Amino acid sequence: MAQMTLVQAINDALKCEMRQDKRVLVMGEDVGVDGGVFRATDGIINEFGPDRAIDTPLAESGIVGAAIGMAVNGLRPVAEIQFDGFMTPAFDQIVSHAARLRWRSRGRFSAPIVVRAPYGGGIRALEHHSESPEAWYVHTPGLKVVTPSGPSDAKGLLIAAIRDPDPVIYLEPKRLYRAFREEVPEGAYEIPLGKANLVREGRDVTAISWGSMSRLLAQTAEEVAEQDGTSIEVIDLRTLVPLDFELISQSVKKTGRVVILQESARTCGFASEIAALITERLLLHLEAPVVRVSGYDIAIPYFRMEEHYLPDSGKVARGIRQAVTY
Amino acid sequence: MAKSTPTKAKSTSDESSKGDHSWSIEGPIQILDPAGKVIDKELEPKLPDDELKEIYRWMVTARSFDERALSLQRQGRLGTYAPLSGQEAAQVGSAWALEQQDWMFPSYREHAVQVVRGQRWVDILTYWGGSEEGNRIPKNVNNFTISIPIATQILHAMGAAWAGKLRGEKMAAIAYFGDGGTSEGDFHEGLNFAGVFKVGTVFFCQNNQYAISVPRERQTSSETIAQKAIAYGFDGVQVDGNDFLAVYYITNRALEKARSGGGPTLIEAITYRFSHHTTADDWTRYRSAAEVEEWKQKDPLIRFRKYLENKKLWSDKDEQKLLEEAKAEVAKAVEEYEKLPERDVEEIFKYTFAEMPWNLKEQLEDLRAYLKEKKPEE
Repeated sequence: MAQMTLVQAINDALKCEMRQDKRVLVMGEDVGVDGGVFRATDGIINEFGPDRAIDTPLAESGIVGAAIGMAVNGLRPVAEIQFDGFMTPAFDQIVSHAARLRWRSRGRFSAPIVVRAPYGGGIRALEHHSESPEAWYVHTPGLKVVTPSGPSDAKGLLIAAIRDPDPVIYLEPKRLYRAFREEVPEGAYEIPLGKANLVREGRDVTAISWGSMSRLLAQTAEEVAEQDGTSIEVIDLRTLVPLDFELISQSVKKTGRVVILQESARTCGFASEIAALITERLLLHLEAPVVRVSGYDIAIPYFRMEEHYLPDSGKVARGIRQAVTY
Repeated sequence: MAKSTPTKAKSTSDESSKGDHSWSIEGPIQILDPAGKVIDKELEPKLPDDELKEIYRWMVTARSFDERALSLQRQGRLGTYAPLSGQEAAQVGSAWALEQQDWMFPSYREHAVQVVRGQRWVDILTYWGGSEEGNRIPKNVNNFTISIPIATQILHAMGAAWAGKLRGEKMAAIAYFGDGGTSEGDFHEGLNFAGVFKVGTVFFCQNNQYAISVPRERQTSSETIAQKAIAYGFDGVQVDGNDFLAVYYITNRALEKARSGGGPTLIEAITYRFSHHTTADDWTRYRSAAEVEEWKQKDPLIRFRKYLENKKLWSDKDEQKLLEEAKAEVAKAVEEYEKLPERDVEEIFKYTFAEMPWNLKEQLEDLRAYLKEKKPEE
């Protein structure tokens, strides 16, 4: 096994899957010669040629719309949108077509594409380069939404996403691209969509997150557990659609207390959906209101004041304690 | 400091006539050759000597700013920055033709246009230094905020000019974008609307040959970008973007046409970015050093300086003095930028709406409480 960063694991996943499935190709802005602005597709053009590592014109709607057409006619395109904020020009194709094709055609057609995009803040980037748009896609019936939090998950989840028969929005936490390395198994393997990861077992409180915030949550949980003697259960969702509510349910029945951490703005974020599910189904197991720790209902600030927007370990610890001491 | 009111080279030809040979879609209009020699005396704008020197001062200051900004970024004193070096003539030349009542819609590389139009170098640094305060534009300056999403501002410019037309104002709007921007749907929609409603917009494409790593040939199989205008039913023109005089001449004509009800124009200014797309990019991955060197031979600053020298308006001593003055002006902006005060956290909540709704007020109070817990001594 090799030690890899998250972005290297994504690169490895693409190469592994492209080696064994000739239908798979990558397409997008700067994904070929340049190897992607984060180097996620580095070297793919050298190994697989320009027909399978396609530098497209600068047109996001074009990239996703073309990917849908390719998928309908037998290919398995992995479309890269360069940054989260540039997914919006492709929104029409994603929401109006990719998501509905199976439904509309009564199963005759489908759009087995993957739309990859770096997402989230924390890298001192420009406007429209730090967004967390996952809830838009979760809210759209027909899309699967995946967001890894570490290298080995990233590889297995991406391969599962490429093999999935439905369109998958695959959001890569750019702040974790090179944040750490871990062992990543060689060759192609899948981490099934819809299975969350129980990161840490505990009895007192269930702490849930995904993607860009999972690592912060795990680290903060460890600190709070040590300082307060609290027993904290930590769940990394890995996929938002389909959601592993079974794992959440088991955990909440045990702990009766929940804190959910998301980077995006608060209102109608995915934390709200989880909180609603818990109150609908597990109300009598609850010993405290569900706590949300999130960004605020504002545009993410330019980087000078970005830290005030982003959840940090202090805010997360405060949320955990709020749930525990209620 | 904004430019002083320029003296216009008045054009007398019928601006709306199609088939006018000077709207040339192939073979860029050129007035100065790379040696600074006037090759088309008829088109040469009759600008007073002092104004020519002022123009050169702007271009040299823009270059000086760019070099300093790059170095600040490398030292960690500025965020990601998009360098403009190589595009000074395209930027200053087009900006020089704008009048105060006109509207300007920039992409993210138009620092020189923004400042010629009345923003300040310190504003540009403030923006790239990660503060929204860099977007604070004085009320009398008709510059729009920077649009990072590619080509989106094309529609805004068209809409602003359309409003001017509906309200009977004698104004034009200019939209800046790059060769990559012509691939976006918004480019098509903006130009199509402008053609249909005969809106006085100047679509100013700085074709700097690359959209990050992707070369112009990969954006369109059209021989020129200018020719796309034909399909939308209006004039398109190619201009040597490294030739200040040609850029100024053609933009001036297109703006005059727009202001007088003659409708839109697409200008393709052929130029080159000497440096990276942004500081997060590495041009050596997709361009050869020889190619970059070849374009540096066509440096717009050298060309304009030679023009001034040929007119006996410029000496080595003038050059030395100007370089020092430009550096000093930029240094002053940097000094001011580095003294920018810390802002209260309310700033990130303000301006979301005209009036803050209850949930934002609560979230702001919660953030204040959190910061107080973190630093109880304050």
